[in-house]
Amino acid sequence: MIPQPAPVSPILGKLSLDALPLHEPIVVATFCGVALGGIALVAALTYFKLWTYLWKEWFTSVDHKKIGIMYMILGLVMFLRGFADALMMRLQQALAFNGSEGYLNAHHFDQVFTAHGVIMIFFVAMPFVTGLMNYIVPLQIGARDVSFPFLNNFSFWMTTGGAVLVMASLFVGEFAQTGWLAYPPLSGILYSPGVGVDYYLWALQVAGVGTTLSGINLIVTILKLRAPGMSLMKMPVFTWTSLCTNVLIVASFPVLTAVLALLGLDRYVGTNFFTNDFGGSAMMYVNLIWIWGHPEVYILILPLFGVFSEVTSTFSGKKLFGYSSMVYATIVITILSYLVWLHHFFTMGSGASVNSFFGITTMVISIPTGAKIFNWLFTMYRGRIRFELPMMWTVAFMLTFAIGGMTGVMLAIPPADFVLHNSLFLIAHFHNVIIGGVLFGLFAAINFWWPKAFGFKLNTFWGKVSFWCWVPGFWLAFLPLYIMGLMGVTRRMRVFDDPSLQIFFIVAALGAALIAAGIGAMLVQFAVSIWKREELKDVTGDPWGGRTLEWATSSPPPEYNFAFTPVIHDLDAWYDMKSRGSERPLTGFKDIHMPSNTGAGVILAGISTLIGFALIWHIWWLVGLGFVGLIGGAIFHTFNYKRDFDIPAEVVAETEAARTRQLAGA
Amino acid sequence: MPRPRPLSARLRALLTLPAFALLCGCDMVVLNPAGDVARQQGDLVIVSTLLMLLIIVPVMALVVLFAWRYRESNKEATYSPDWDHSTSLELVIWSAPLLIIICLGAITWVSTHLLDPYRPLSRTGPNQPIAANVKPLEVQVVALDWKWLFIYPEQGIATVNEMAAPVGRPIRFRISASSVMNSFYIPALAGQIYAMPAMETPMNAVFDKTGVFQGLSANYSGHGFSKMRFKAHSMDQAGFDAWVAEAKKAGGNLDRTGYLQLERPSEGEPVRRFAGVETGLFDRVVNMCVQPGKMCMHQMMMLDAEGGTGKAGLHNVRHTEGETSATGTHMHGGKSFVGEICADQQDVAVGAKPKSVKPVKQATLTGAGLKQPSAKPTPIAPSVASETRPRPLS
Amino acid sequence: MSTTTIPAADEPVRFYDLDEHPHPEGYSTMLGFWIYLMSDCLIFAILFACYAVLGGNFAGGPGPKDLFDLPLVALNTAMLLFSSITYGFAMLGMAKGNKNQVLIWLAITLVFGGCFLGIELYEFSELIHEGAGPWRSAFLSSFFTLVGTHGLHVTFGSIWLITLMVQVARFGLTAANQRRLACLSLFWHFLDVIWIGVFTFVYLMGMLR
Repeated sequence: MIPQPAPVSPILGKLSLDALPLHEPIVVATFCGVALGGIALVAALTYFKLWTYLWKEWFTSVDHKKIGIMYMILGLVMFLRGFADALMMRLQQALAFNGSEGYLNAHHFDQVFTAHGVIMIFFVAMPFVTGLMNYIVPLQIGARDVSFPFLNNFSFWMTTGGAVLVMASLFVGEFAQTGWLAYPPLSGILYSPGVGVDYYLWALQVAGVGTTLSGINLIVTILKLRAPGMSLMKMPVFTWTSLCTNVLIVASFPVLTAVLALLGLDRYVGTNFFTNDFGGSAMMYVNLIWIWGHPEVYILILPLFGVFSEVTSTFSGKKLFGYSSMVYATIVITILSYLVWLHHFFTMGSGASVNSFFGITTMVISIPTGAKIFNWLFTMYRGRIRFELPMMWTVAFMLTFAIGGMTGVMLAIPPADFVLHNSLFLIAHFHNVIIGGVLFGLFAAINFWWPKAFGFKLNTFWGKVSFWCWVPGFWLAFLPLYIMGLMGVTRRMRVFDDPSLQIFFIVAALGAALIAAGIGAMLVQFAVSIWKREELKDVTGDPWGGRTLEWATSSPPPEYNFAFTPVIHDLDAWYDMKSRGSERPLTGFKDIHMPSNTGAGVILAGISTLIGFALIWHIWWLVGLGFVGLIGGAIFHTFNYKRDFDIPAEVVAETEAARTRQLAGA
Repeated sequence: MPRPRPLSARLRALLTLPAFALLCGCDMVVLNPAGDVARQQGDLVIVSTLLMLLIIVPVMALVVLFAWRYRESNKEATYSPDWDHSTSLELVIWSAPLLIIICLGAITWVSTHLLDPYRPLSRTGPNQPIAANVKPLEVQVVALDWKWLFIYPEQGIATVNEMAAPVGRPIRFRISASSVMNSFYIPALAGQIYAMPAMETPMNAVFDKTGVFQGLSANYSGHGFSKMRFKAHSMDQAGFDAWVAEAKKAGGNLDRTGYLQLERPSEGEPVRRFAGVETGLFDRVVNMCVQPGKMCMHQMMMLDAEGGTGKAGLHNVRHTEGETSATGTHMHGGKSFVGEICADQQDVAVGAKPKSVKPVKQATLTGAGLKQPSAKPTPIAPSVASETRPRPLS
Repeated sequence: MSTTTIPAADEPVRFYDLDEHPHPEGYSTMLGFWIYLMSDCLIFAILFACYAVLGGNFAGGPGPKDLFDLPLVALNTAMLLFSSITYGFAMLGMAKGNKNQVLIWLAITLVFGGCFLGIELYEFSELIHEGAGPWRSAFLSSFFTLVGTHGLHVTFGSIWLITLMVQVARFGLTAANQRRLACLSLFWHFLDVIWIGVFTFVYLMGMLR
């Protein structure tokens, strides 16, 4: 069936003044806040004449370290947005009892929970994880940059472009009201005729391109650019988990791209893939999206498993227990993650044999995961554990994640899932693994590698405040959800009629408030640390007694990472170098070949984002123009053959001499 | 046939219930339901938890213990910085979870088959096999935007946002939806299953306690989703008869026109009752052909299986101009659909004559504790045996 | 990468490569491009899977037998297969360092590719004209999407081909251009392989349905 387009303006498409949510006071207030903040930021940047600096040193940079940091900043900004959504939901659900409608209408509330899920997965967890891998992996393998530095910059800006579209939906038009996976038929044009789902589709498509390309880039980097001597089984565990993650990305994001494209065709062209009539099958969408969706979960958690391995081993002052079983466990998880997708919809009625197959494969994943937990445990055994912040987060993770894993296996038993599916128990479960695993891991990683990136440690006091708000806050927020799940309360409810539940939602809201305090403390921690950076300074480049190569260079590392490429003889290469008394070479520097910065990534991603916006609002002339511009720009970029330059030996010598002086002063 | 009370039930009674009751004093309907199926499902939650706690508790204790014992300030603890391998230990850390998973896997396989919602019930309680002559109560359920329609073909009545069933009598739900996906869930009864348009999902259940229970949609389906609730009454036979009589008294007849009216999106709909229902309405709902002139799915599938209708079929598309979509917003243009081909198939075709009726085996599993129920398999009434409808794509 | 030999016992262990040579330009490109192709292959896999699931849902409309013009599609297939061969000749020319040969064969490849696209567009327009557009049934939706996505790839390949012809003409068979020719070669043959799948599973087996 062909959806006839509504009378739309040839110039502005569906876009009109009505698209601005001027009648929603909350949105208007948010917009005013964001606008004021934005104007202040722009004014400050202009006043301090930082635009050129930002453009030259950051936006157009192909340095994997700077791109990594930009990813982390993107993740942090979007985290604040996603968390604001979470607070709004908690407040709504704590209020909407005894006939009260709460303070959010359905139109608004449904957007809030959809946006929360989309943002937290695609624009918080993914940028954080990608940023971390981008920053650390080349350093850990002794490389100067990633394999395709320009592509890296482009990927980052594509991810940012997706985030910009999601943010735009807050102020221009609306976001999807479908839940974060936009199941049809609800997300089809018949039941979601507005632009919300289109925002969803194009934001994810634009960001998805970036993610896939960055996945290819990191796989190739790890396979081709390892320092001499670093065989696969001498790679640091974080690099191993990154490799597996990127394999998962490359092998799953195309599925997402395809399935969203099909949904887009249904909405734009009138095809019948997922419609009720004309032979479409919405169940196919559910299958396809979870074929991407389940590996996605492991894309998020695997790198953090790597982080926990590095942290546990470093702070226990010991080699990692069972390195090879750790590696094999990671590989097994990678493979198995493709064989479990159906456990997300046992209740669709696939029949007992299919359900039990997928239930059992799901449980099997807990075996390698359990082995990993034991490996960390026995790394701590007979160690000398220093309870710095990264290690505190790791212990909190082990305790929290064990429970999350247990509830996960419960949900993997189909008959149990029939009563727990879509309930708040499920919500509690996946927040338990994503907050307890991914976020705690990120906090460990940020505290661990911050000194590497900036040359000073993070303030411990505020870090501990944040820790002690986050961990109990998490349990306070989600324990009530576990209990309510067992009381048969399901997710995405806007109003309730059983007054006895209200107390649970109030407790959960208090938990969310405690988490908010934890986030606040973390921001204070960053601010205080930057303020007092001289006191917290680390000149050694190796503040924690590290074991892997990234600690062999200065903090922050020079543009070229290593003046001479290290040669690897053992696992824990830097520990090996330290214990065998390797000396940093002080002379004989040579020119170093490096990629040049380019603005092409920003421009092409900017055009892609614009095309996305034009498609959302059916501004067809702009779509056409943007498309021509995109192809033209890409072709123009290929005519630039001179993409790298040499850092002269004298500059390297000078940088290294400065480092020598710094080390001597330490 | 006397059967021992399942271990799980005893464990639950002994251990967990008091613990949970102490914990919150709340009504954990999932663990303390009012239906035999839900009871077994709830027991599984508990058994699996206990099984996993066998490994989770030691791990968590060891984490705390090691973290404390090997802290930096404790100089008395052994420190062996190069100890990184122990084959026997690795064997243990891989095999311990493996053993637990083998147990859980076995439980999963068995319970998934025994508690398959598609499988006709073989018992109404631990020692109560179902006699051969008991015919389950058929309840046809349609998830509408945003309310529930229940059709009782045996009683010839229909209700909106209220269902009832006699306690102890097996219920066979046949579930579908009008527009988008929902999940039919009565936490106290038997878990949930998706309600999908153009698809029928059956669910077998039985109440073993009387009372009034909460029913809802567990899958988000749009703006009115939160209020898509209904009361499920479990009553004795007399009460049920009275409930049916009340519906009969209410008058009104739910025909196709009435259904199309009812189908329109609305929120917080009050309970409504209809004394009569047009025959075959539910089958028309499942086959997406309540709307006059629209081709039924099963006919379409039959035609497709024969290779389609050739190019002539290209012109058999009709449009409804200015249709109001389910979200209540005005659709540009309107909805189109494939037109009906023969006018005379209206009454016969509906009801999808199954080509072959394969009786469902009552117990797919044999073995310790899984004996075939003593009662012979219930003869499948033709109306029940619509299993030939394609099962949802897995 | 990992070419270091283990030093003899008396030799001091080297921890830094003091005499290193940077990786040659484009050292990782082919591997990267292969991985990209595999991810693209996955997109096609999904489209094939959709066709497999929905290909029989004619929605009471026509099926493959009523719609497909097999001789035309066979001709189309021949066009694409020939274009692959001629691209191969261009690569042979590249190996010999003969710029003109490369350009001529690329031009012939482009003509074949253009014919392929032209025939495909003709086929599509005929179908749509008859009323068998992608909106008529799930079968036609998945057919148009699978074949159309392939066609879109060929279109991009052609644009790339033209760009490369200009670049080879202007800058000669430099290392960078040779690498780009090799990548496009992979891409072009990859599309050929996909088309063989389309021809077999969609057209030939569709006629048997």
